[in-house]
Order: sequence, then C-alpha cells, then structure tokens
Amino acid sequence: MHIPDGFLSGPVAVATGAVAVAAIAVAVKETNTKMGEKQVPMMGVLAAFIFAAQMLNFPVAGGTSGHFLGAALAAVLLGPWATVLIMSSVLVVQSLIFQDGGLLALGANITNMGIIAVFSSYYIYKGIDALFRHTKAATLAGAGIGAWFSVVLASLACAAELSISGTSPWALAIAAMGGVYMLIGVGEGLITVAVLSLIMATRADLLKLQVV
Amino acid sequence: MKSKWWITGLAIALLLVVLSPVASKLPDGLDRFAEDHNFVDKAGEPAFTLVPDYTFPGIDNEATAIILGGLLGTLLLFGVVFGLANWMKSKHEA
Repeated sequence: MHIPDGFLSGPVAVATGAVAVAAIAVAVKETNTKMGEKQVPMMGVLAAFIFAAQMLNFPVAGGTSGHFLGAALAAVLLGPWATVLIMSSVLVVQSLIFQDGGLLALGANITNMGIIAVFSSYYIYKGIDALFRHTKAATLAGAGIGAWFSVVLASLACAAELSISGTSPWALAIAAMGGVYMLIGVGEGLITVAVLSLIMATRADLLKLQVV
Repeated sequence: MKSKWWITGLAIALLLVVLSPVASKLPDGLDRFAEDHNFVDKAGEPAFTLVPDYTFPGIDNEATAIILGGLLGTLLLFGVVFGLANWMKSKHEA
C-alpha cells in the first residue's frame, strides 16, 4: 500500500508529513534512554526482516497480491515508539533507494504503515493479552488480531487520504481498499503469529525486550 | 549460540531475499484499486531512480538483479537501524 507521488494533494502530503515528523521526533525522545544491550540488535534484525519479508508478495483474490507489513510484529517485540523508528527507516529506504512509495507521499506512508498500523496493533494486542491473563495463547491471539487490524486500519487511512486528495470518491475508496486489505490482513495475522511462535519456542526471553 | 540469536535472525531475513524472485508479480491492493478505477496514470515518474522495483540495474538476469537489490536493502536497513539504536544506547550509557 505504498502510495506513489501523484495520488495525494499538496495539503494532504504536507499534513501527513507533519504528523510523520512529529511522531518520529517523539519516538526518538521516548526510545533514546531506554535502548539496551539486547534491543540494539533486535532493532536492526527487525528492520532487515521486515524489509525482506515485504518483498515477498503473495497472491490474494482477484489478480491482486499483498505482502507482510511487520508493524504489529515489531510493536509486540519492542513496543510502539521503537517500532515507529523501525517502520520509518524501512519506508525511507524503500522510497529513496527502491522508488517504492513516493518522496512527497513519504509522510502519508509513514503515517499509515509506521504510525496507525503500529499503535492500533499494539493497543489491541495489549488489551487482548491482558484480558486473557498473558497466557501464550492470549499473547498470540492478541498479536494476530492486532496484526489484522493494523493492515485494515492503515488501508482505510490510505483510502481517506486518497479521498481527501480528490483522487477517488470516499465510498469507493473505503470499500475497495478495506475489502482487499481485510484479506491481506489475514496473511499479516498468520505470519505475525508464526514468527512469534517460533521466537516463543526457541528464545522466549526475546519477547521481553519492550523499549516503550 | 545463545548470544548470537540476532545472527540467526539476520540469516533468516537474507534467506527470504533469496526467495524474492518467486514472489507474486500481481499488483498490490492499492495498485489494483488504482488500475481498476483509472487513476493509476496519476502516479508520477520518480524524480530519480536508484534500484527501481527492487531490481538492481544493469544486470540481465532478473532473478539475480532482484536478489542483489534485496540483499542491498536488507543489509542497509540492518546497518542503519542497528547503528541508530547503538548510537542511542551509547549516548545514555556514556
């Protein structure tokens, strides 16, 4: 769902750009003093893994493909503010070097995939995990459901930006984007649960690295 | 082994890159929507291109070009984000 240049109006690009800059500034401030020995390599590995996994498009219905986003996985492992930095780094590199996502649309892409996807999945995960008393099943269910919402809510934000920009009518954008990403979100949930299960089975201590 | 968990993680990421040539080439959800509703042409040409479509330029074999592009991005992101986090750690531990 990387928005190219040309789809967004100037005001939408500027407004989302301001949101992205502000969020990154807060993220730096929040994570700065809490970065420890084990968080440093986890930050790097998650950025690398998310970039690589995002290259693996899988077909969904009707001649469309989707790919893993990774915001929920990182948020569960490191917390939302550290994840804002990871997702923003991935999106900046994708835009600057790989021409995936426009330069002027970078603020919108960070807002959707690096902020909305991150915080929505994180709080849904936290809520479900706490509600069912932090059992393994609760953690995995919370992460999976949070991951589904992360993709769907990011796609709805993208639809809203396209509509406000006058690129597509509201009803059409919401229905079309929401519809496809409800399917892609299932893949997101499954991959997130699979990776977390693997970590639980091999290095459960790595689930306790939350920065902020 | 116990201290080197992140090398395993990075190796898994690099392994995914090797699989990237077989990834679906179908348009993603947003591209598909743009194509179906005739605004895909609004997408402007990028101001410059370095490694467009994750495909390393100047290499005839497409699979090789995609794997090289993917390796570049994966290692670059590991380095940049590891470096950023390490810098944050060193600032408050100094």
